[in-house]
Amino acid sequence: MQNIEQELRQFVVDNFLFGQPNGHLSSSDSFLDKGIIDSTGVLELVVFLEETYRIKIQDRELVPDNLDSINNLVRFLERKLQHTS
Amino acid sequence: MCGIAGILNFSEKRVDPVLLVRMVERIGDRGPDDFGIYTDKRAGLAHTRLSIIDLGAGQQPMHNEDKSLSIIFNGEIFNYLELRKDLVRKGRSFRTRSDTEVILRLYEEKGEQCVQDLNGQWAFAIWDSKRERLFLSRDRLGVRPLFYTISEDAFVFGSEIKSIFALPNVSREIDPIALDQIFTFWVSIPPRTIFKNILELPPGHSLTVHRKQIAAQQYWRLDYAEGAKNLGSAAAHEEQYAGELLDLLVDATRIRLRSDVPVGAYVSGGLDSSFVTALVKKFTETPLRTFSVTFDDAEFDEGSYQNEVTHFLETDHQEVRCSCEDIGNVFPAVIWHTEKPILRTAPAPLYILSELVRAHGYKVVLTGEGADEMFGGYDIFKEAKIRRFCAAHPQSTTRPLLFRRLYPYQPYLQGQSDAYLRAFFHVRPHELKSEFFSHLPRWELTSKLKMFFSEDIKSQVRSHDGYADLRSTLPPGYSAWDAFCRAQYLEAAYLLPGYILSSQGDRVAMAHSVEGRFPFLDYRVVEFAAGIPPHLKMKVLNEKYLLKRCANGLVPPSVMKRAKQPYRAPDGKSFFHGSQLEYVDALLSSDRIQQDGLFDSLAVKSLVQKFRQGRAIGVRDNMALVGILSTQLVVEQFVRNFGDRPFYAEHRAGTASVCR
Repeated sequence: MQNIEQELRQFVVDNFLFGQPNGHLSSSDSFLDKGIIDSTGVLELVVFLEETYRIKIQDRELVPDNLDSINNLVRFLERKLQHTS
Repeated sequence: MCGIAGILNFSEKRVDPVLLVRMVERIGDRGPDDFGIYTDKRAGLAHTRLSIIDLGAGQQPMHNEDKSLSIIFNGEIFNYLELRKDLVRKGRSFRTRSDTEVILRLYEEKGEQCVQDLNGQWAFAIWDSKRERLFLSRDRLGVRPLFYTISEDAFVFGSEIKSIFALPNVSREIDPIALDQIFTFWVSIPPRTIFKNILELPPGHSLTVHRKQIAAQQYWRLDYAEGAKNLGSAAAHEEQYAGELLDLLVDATRIRLRSDVPVGAYVSGGLDSSFVTALVKKFTETPLRTFSVTFDDAEFDEGSYQNEVTHFLETDHQEVRCSCEDIGNVFPAVIWHTEKPILRTAPAPLYILSELVRAHGYKVVLTGEGADEMFGGYDIFKEAKIRRFCAAHPQSTTRPLLFRRLYPYQPYLQGQSDAYLRAFFHVRPHELKSEFFSHLPRWELTSKLKMFFSEDIKSQVRSHDGYADLRSTLPPGYSAWDAFCRAQYLEAAYLLPGYILSSQGDRVAMAHSVEGRFPFLDYRVVEFAAGIPPHLKMKVLNEKYLLKRCANGLVPPSVMKRAKQPYRAPDGKSFFHGSQLEYVDALLSSDRIQQDGLFDSLAVKSLVQKFRQGRAIGVRDNMALVGILSTQLVVEQFVRNFGDRPFYAEHRAGTASVCR
């Protein structure tokens, strides 16, 4: 999971912070509170997760509890990957 | 419609006519029909003319009998016939039929108070050589532009910044504070412009220059005190409001048809332009030709509504189709005209549209501009209302569902879960107390673009507080106004002149020598609208309620019923569609970004990559790309290579008439 966390962080930094130094993004930081993500950001994130990890995300799963921090993402992804494997 | 420019030397020294010629040559698009200059012992005035009224005799600069007064004027005074009659009654005689002479005579009669009587759109300068006073004025809402700069030994002004830059020794430097303001509010706060030391005369202001004393006065301001006062008392008067408004709009339209050349109208497919077109058709005898722009991209195209309108109103109609490639191709020219960074490409299709208008021999068009600001049409007003409604009961799970009523044209927002919808529109406690409540979501989103600023720019603007700048320009009594009126004011006082009427209005129309006229911006209409109780502007969530009541029966029913769709155009993808655009590659290259020093080259590179891969779909990314590219185009065309653009004069026949 260490690996996944790094991949996710890399995606967030590249895609939403445009490679800017990310020392201040901790794994528990809320993307919403930090203003990192907007409405299209959620969809960009979903496309990335579905394509990279070959999972299918249901509409009802599109909630901040699943997607709103690196930690939430890791937890959500772990659960999804267990289900599919 | 024309362009003006001038120089006032602080000491007694004749202005070199060559400098004046250079100044108006730069803005020759504004007036290709004729040009003239005037100099005396310390002042120099220049004018480039688009002939619309009194084609034979309206030459400028125009003087009074003893030549102690000289005027140059850009714009139209729509009530000039009434003013003229009045002045003749008072014993003033006239040599021409032009509105220019009416201003001059009115100034003789009333001095600087003359502006109070004018109903129109203007930027003019009067040189009073006896009193050694230069008097400049700009219309109430900022339809026509006027810029100036002050040097050691002279006051210099012009319709566009490029006329001022035509002079040697005027420095051309980007102002980081203005950049910060644009990347927050979409506009810089006047008098500040994107260039250091170049100032804009704010709407509703006049300015006098006497020797080295320079003083600006605000002669008019948008005031909503009346609207707040009427709150709650007017339900019974709804009918009366609608009747009065229609009468005013008919008259505002009628006097805007005064012209010695044929007048056309833009039809967007929305309510406002349809209503204006209907007012012309139903209440006047004027034969009307309409023009519109359609898009390849269905997301932006309003062609079907435009067809309904033009069939319903039986106008002679022309349209031009606009593709992403077209926008990419004309964008550098568009920025040459806007003279400032913009965050949307929407001015580009209007630039293409004015070319169509000109190609059909038209110089004047009526449009629906201003209705959304004055009558409460924008989604930002609705959003603020819902946010306040939700904030009153933060625990409610049903209230946030109202946000689905917003931005129906934004599919990504519509697709969100309830939980995210709640989160995106969540109102934080400090926001409720802010005088900028309605606009905080927009400004905070836009401020995100500053992550692309270079370290250097970031450090230069770090201690700067844009909100404090804006606060210092708010009118007295603002905080006591109704919340809806405060939101209207922020749109009407800043975005309207700074973007809608300039980048999307005057500048792209005048690029092809076309003049826009706006019945909804007649000051009588504006003042009437400001006095309408807010709940009649937006009834619950029904936008432009009273205006729709007025328009009922005059425009197609489908246009009345359709969801509000703001005019938009394809943004970022216009630059990465089809064949590669050389200027985009060059101006966004890491080398160039580093040399120019305004943005972070690594961040820009990642953004460009995101676009090239087709992954950039969000509002923020699109605003960032358009904002960065347009800023780079401003640097390229005004700071780096200003002298390289060929003078307009090289492309035109005709000679200057020089009078002394």
